[in-house]
Amino acid sequence: MNTLWTVIAVLLGVAALLGTIRLLLGPSILDRALSVDALLAFAVTGLGAYAAFNRDPTVLPTLLVLSLLGFVGSVSVAKFVARRTQEDDDDEQIVLPVVENTVEGEGKKS
Amino acid sequence: MSDQIVQIMDWAGILCILAGALLSFIAGIGLVRFPDLLSRMHAASKPQVLGLLLVLVGIGFRLLPAEATGIFSLGTLLLVGLFQVVTVPVAGHIVARVGYRTGRIRHDLVSTDELAERLATRRSAPDTSEDTVS
Repeated sequence: MNTLWTVIAVLLGVAALLGTIRLLLGPSILDRALSVDALLAFAVTGLGAYAAFNRDPTVLPTLLVLSLLGFVGSVSVAKFVARRTQEDDDDEQIVLPVVENTVEGEGKKS
Repeated sequence: MSDQIVQIMDWAGILCILAGALLSFIAGIGLVRFPDLLSRMHAASKPQVLGLLLVLVGIGFRLLPAEATGIFSLGTLLLVGLFQVVTVPVAGHIVARVGYRTGRIRHDLVSTDELAERLATRRSAPDTSEDTVS
């Protein structure tokens, strides 16, 4: 059983490493927000494995906080990106990204 | 509870957590290797929902026989799972929408793009757009 716990720890460590690589490489800010979201999921999994290993329910409220933090983080980053590109070009009309390969205005409905 | 039942629950819990960790690992590989934002979102959402629920079930299996307070921690686990299942689709939708609108997805990798067709018709005929697209 101890072997299985070690395997879990190694898998989560490698996953966090790969997520950090994407966080550093990520071409756009949305990729970075996405990888932060995934890293939070890995952190929740790791804290949960810790709680299960020690039979210790102390960290469970932390899981609650982390699961809400991921949502707030990625949504606020996405909204920030949308608003910034809208201010960049004052163009309210929706343009196809295929036709014009530039950043364009976010729709009014958001 | 008898010793045998506790042992069976321990094994079920550790197998659930192992599956969750395996999903996290696969998502890490997908995050690094996949080519654009949408496919990376596809990879990253697996441990956020399925992996997390598996881990929560595993924690429940491990905590339940241990203490008298095990039943209270089940409530917290249920809340964590509920919040995650409610919020992850919303966040994914908003991130994908902003990514599409700001042109950060690769259109050569998308097999069908119905939104582009609808946006094209809306652009060519702006007078009837309120009826057809909203």
